[in-house]
Amino acid sequence: MAKPRAYVMVSVDADTVVIGAREVKTRLAAEIGGCGLGGEVRVLETGSFGPSDAGVVAAVLPDGVVYGNLTPERIPQLVEEHFVKGRPVKDWLLPGEHFLPDPENSDPRGQQYFGRIVLDNCGRIDPESIEEYIANDGYFALGKALAEMTPEALVEEVKASGLRGRGGAGFPTGLKWSFCASEQADIKYVICNADEGEPGTFKDRLIMEGDPHKVIEGMALCGYALGASQGYVYIRGEYKLSIERIRHAIEAARENGLLGKDIMGSGFDFDIAVKIGAGAYVCGEETALIESMEGKRGLPRVKPPFPAKAGFRGKPTNVNNVETLANIPFIIRNGAAQFHRIGDPGTPGTKVYTVLGHINRAGLIEVPTSVTLRDVLEDYAGGMRAGTFKMAQLGGTAGDLLDASMLDVPLNYDSLAKNGHSLGSGAILFMNETVKVCDFLHACMKFFAHESCGNCNPCRNGMEALLELTERLKQGAGYPGDIALMEELVMGMQSIAFCPLGQSPAAPVLSAVRYFRDEMLTGIDADAVRPRPEHTMRHLMKLAS
Amino acid sequence: MAIKLKIDRQDVSVPEGTTVLDAAAEAGVHIPTLCHVPKVTSPGSCRVCLVEVEGARTLQPACVTPVMEGMVVRTHSKRARQGRQMSVELLLANHPWDCNACVRNGQCELQTLAQTLGITDVRFPYSREEIPVDTSTPAVVRDMNKCILCRRCVAVCQDVQDVGSLAPRARGFDTVIGAGAGENLCDAVCVQCGQCAAICPVGAIYEQDAIEDVWRALDDPEKHVVVQTAPAIRAALGECFGLEPGTSVTGKMVAALRRLGFAKVFDTNFTADLTIIEEGHELLTRLKTALVDKGEVSLPMFTSCSPGWINFMEHFYPGLLPNLSSCKSPQQMFGALAKTYYAEKEGIDPKDIVVVSVMPCTAKKFEADRDEMMDSGFKDVDYVLTTRELGRMIQEAGIDFMKLPDEEQDSPMGMSTGAADIFANTGGVMEAALRTVYEVVTGRELPMEKLHVTPIQGLSGLKEVALTFEKCQPDWSFLEGVTAKVAVAHGLSNARKVCDMVADGEGGYHFVEVMCCPGGCIGGGGQPRMTTDEVRQARIKAIYTEDEGRPMRKSHDNPAIDQIYKEFLGEPLGHKSHELLHTHYQAKAPA
Ligand SMILES: Cc1cc2nc3c(=O)[nH]c(=O)nc-3n(C[C@H](O)[C@H](O)[C@H](O)COP(=O)(O)O)c2cc1C
Ligand code: SF4
Ligand code: SF4
Ligand code: SF4
Repeated sequence: MAKPRAYVMVSVDADTVVIGAREVKTRLAAEIGGCGLGGEVRVLETGSFGPSDAGVVAAVLPDGVVYGNLTPERIPQLVEEHFVKGRPVKDWLLPGEHFLPDPENSDPRGQQYFGRIVLDNCGRIDPESIEEYIANDGYFALGKALAEMTPEALVEEVKASGLRGRGGAGFPTGLKWSFCASEQADIKYVICNADEGEPGTFKDRLIMEGDPHKVIEGMALCGYALGASQGYVYIRGEYKLSIERIRHAIEAARENGLLGKDIMGSGFDFDIAVKIGAGAYVCGEETALIESMEGKRGLPRVKPPFPAKAGFRGKPTNVNNVETLANIPFIIRNGAAQFHRIGDPGTPGTKVYTVLGHINRAGLIEVPTSVTLRDVLEDYAGGMRAGTFKMAQLGGTAGDLLDASMLDVPLNYDSLAKNGHSLGSGAILFMNETVKVCDFLHACMKFFAHESCGNCNPCRNGMEALLELTERLKQGAGYPGDIALMEELVMGMQSIAFCPLGQSPAAPVLSAVRYFRDEMLTGIDADAVRPRPEHTMRHLMKLAS
Repeated sequence: MAIKLKIDRQDVSVPEGTTVLDAAAEAGVHIPTLCHVPKVTSPGSCRVCLVEVEGARTLQPACVTPVMEGMVVRTHSKRARQGRQMSVELLLANHPWDCNACVRNGQCELQTLAQTLGITDVRFPYSREEIPVDTSTPAVVRDMNKCILCRRCVAVCQDVQDVGSLAPRARGFDTVIGAGAGENLCDAVCVQCGQCAAICPVGAIYEQDAIEDVWRALDDPEKHVVVQTAPAIRAALGECFGLEPGTSVTGKMVAALRRLGFAKVFDTNFTADLTIIEEGHELLTRLKTALVDKGEVSLPMFTSCSPGWINFMEHFYPGLLPNLSSCKSPQQMFGALAKTYYAEKEGIDPKDIVVVSVMPCTAKKFEADRDEMMDSGFKDVDYVLTTRELGRMIQEAGIDFMKLPDEEQDSPMGMSTGAADIFANTGGVMEAALRTVYEVVTGRELPMEKLHVTPIQGLSGLKEVALTFEKCQPDWSFLEGVTAKVAVAHGLSNARKVCDMVADGEGGYHFVEVMCCPGGCIGGGGQPRMTTDEVRQARIKAIYTEDEGRPMRKSHDNPAIDQIYKEFLGEPLGHKSHELLHTHYQAKAPA
């Protein structure tokens, strides 16, 4: 067969599949075939390569253009104009740059794309084809490790890379691995945390949908480094397509001898199974996740013992985020030094975000850890869609609020920490002046109150108090002193709650007070007097009514 | 291995695995706790026992944090104090503010905490919805408005009793402790043991109160109100008046009951002795059927004096019901005899007799209400008070308990032996039975020091002993050389183990004593709070001391028992006995 002259990559991910991505793809293939172009133009299904909120999306390579809001009805015109007449249909093009592979490169599947580490294959290869993954250096790192490296050397390499966990806390991955590696046990487990419950965050989903083998390879490398023989991918139940693609990838890897017994003749046994998540946000916390995997109610465990000592079924267990694991093949393939050169030295590498809010281009991006919030807003998100920038929340609901004074701080752990902030897990929400801080905080507290498992007292009662306090502020009916009370409460919860969920409200609340105190003060009614003790009154009123 | 650490600048050395809480106690520092109950549960979720550990980002719960070499702990630093206060303030925020009208007023762990931590204001809003109070069972009342979700009750019901009626429902702020699949305890399989009420730190679970009913009876000039007290009351009632656990107050208890206005102060001990005679003969009869007649008979025989245990069997092991002794519990034997034998003897119309019992147990309230318990032609036992309720009545009546003289029970139904005393604790019924059975069979006293069967004493969950009959009396020669194997279990999780063994044909036991509550009746759900293992030990010691101080220590030596057979019952297992002292059981739905 002749070498195709062009590829149409249709993004089939969980968002687009429900609005007809597969129908669009089928229609495209049919129309292109009908014009006799079947040999020249190939239609492929891929994972997301960025844009969201743009309907069914397809990229044409090597032309480097991206169409949005496609429907089967639009396809005949599209094929006629673009492929027969060679004129892109301007009305349907999505504006801006989309992190597509270099347009100069005529074969998108031959070239290493260095701007991206995690998403390099996303939107370029067929996620359901292990051959395409392998053709793009896939499983090279695993082969290299098994042939040339001892497990200890592998751990050292990851340590040297400076990779830090992408699940939210930024814990050094190599160090985490070394804890589990040094445990003696008949069996150890590697868990890939794909629970992704943070609202507005869906980067892990898109990674799994777009390049599932990268996650599988990362897990196998982790297994080899730790002496673990069984891996689990814990995926939230709503992520149907991720579950499907990861399962498919596991099967394909097994068939190719890349999972299972004696991988590549090295004597290393490793297999992976998928576990479906229970749905609650707190199940993303690693010990709750393990409880849930054991079939129990997903409540966090008392630590110690830490999972590295006694995790799943009481055995040494290592839990890493999807994105963390997806970085591993690159590090092993190219060496720690090369990884370390990318981004900020304190948090080397890149970071994947979902960017949302009042911006021109919402979607998935992967950026070096040296870029600033302003870079993301202006260069990647296409600037504000309406109004002016007021604030951004970094890292999901449990993340800090930043105002314009923070626009030039690079988005990495150390730079943010210097400014009293943290990076969080992977969502950036941009907001304009129409969003009121108290309304926004109240919405965050609603989420937390809803997600509190209710096991421990400070979180159960504290979230409810925060809900009430923010409601009062929202209505302009706060009591004098409420803001200080809220600060005291979230700081208290930060040091007394059982698990990090109960410690989470501190980030949005304290940063909101830091940047928007004056606005919040407008929520206080200076004449209001808190009855002492307040709930006596409320309780009596409730009883009387 | 010993671990060295510093607690509040003191050097402490404790074994590996010790918690910071226990290590601090060694160092003389008391860290307040709430959800933690030693040996029962330590979920680490109330966040009250927080301490500052150097190097830790957050405060650590002392009850679940193991000591580590070189650890530096501060138990009352500013941060630790503030953290604890915040926890308790948050608990108080969603706790009703009606302490003054609460059964636990003055004896509430939450109140004590608030007081010791110096909390003087609650600044957070009260946001809870009213929940209807659950009065659906005769044993306990559950007022979930007062529940602080420590989950102690869940742990005791699930782990200690292995019944599992209680479980948290819903999530987050909406979490409530539910019962079975529903909201009310009557929707669940509940054995009515009251262990949940005994362990609840606040006024969220408590006994169904019969005090008003009892006052009404006492106030009624037409009624002849008699009272019986279970063996376990005398070793615990003193705790209601600030006495140390393990102080026997038999004489003062009798005096107090008289002052409250009871016409006769009798003793459940009397029918405990009677139980030994009836149950002992039932056992020997079953053995004879098995060994001589080779007939169909269910062995081992299980004791039947613990109504929570009976409920457990009816729900969970209906197949083993034929193994239960048909003897009623001593409380119900007493009721049936008070309204027949005693009524006849004193010439009182049984309809005018009111029988009140004082029991360590809430399941006895349920038992007294059972339809079968009307063999006298009336409700055999009218009202059941727990030890705690009696304590409150005495207080309400203004009786200065400490100043009371020691008085003695009335006859005839107040006379008893040391064998009856030990019905109060685990192993006691079995020991009492062996004292009599051995002597009946061999004509000689049980050959054990001070008549104590030490292998079945103490707090281990499952105990057993074997005893060989030699040189038997002619009537019992079929037992010559037979080794009887007996077992003792307390706490229903242990009972379940024995039941499973028996159901699987294992164990080879002839006779098994089961008491529903850990430690036996002295640890009952109606006893003064808090019953810890130390308290159990102390109460048991008091009971054995009581037993050893008695002139008569074997049930068959009790002259009042001789008398009742002569005057009224005829013979053990006779016609009248069957009518009044024995019962039958019914399988019940498991859920
Ligand atoms: C409430 C809560 C939710 C969490 N949810 C997630 C999640 O969805 N995905 C994730 O990778 N980590 C989540 N984490 C963090 C995990 O506990 C854990 O730190 C992480 O999986 C470790 O991976 P890493 O070292 O690769 O970052 C959550 C933590 C908390 C407290
Ligand atoms: S902080 Fe407490 S209540 Fe909140 S989720 Fe964690 S354990 Fe549950
Ligand atoms: S009375 Fe006993 S069985 Fe019933 S709920 Fe309480 S602890 Fe459980
Ligand atoms: S009912 Fe009592 S023991 Fe049970 S959880 Fe509530 S407060 Fe705790």
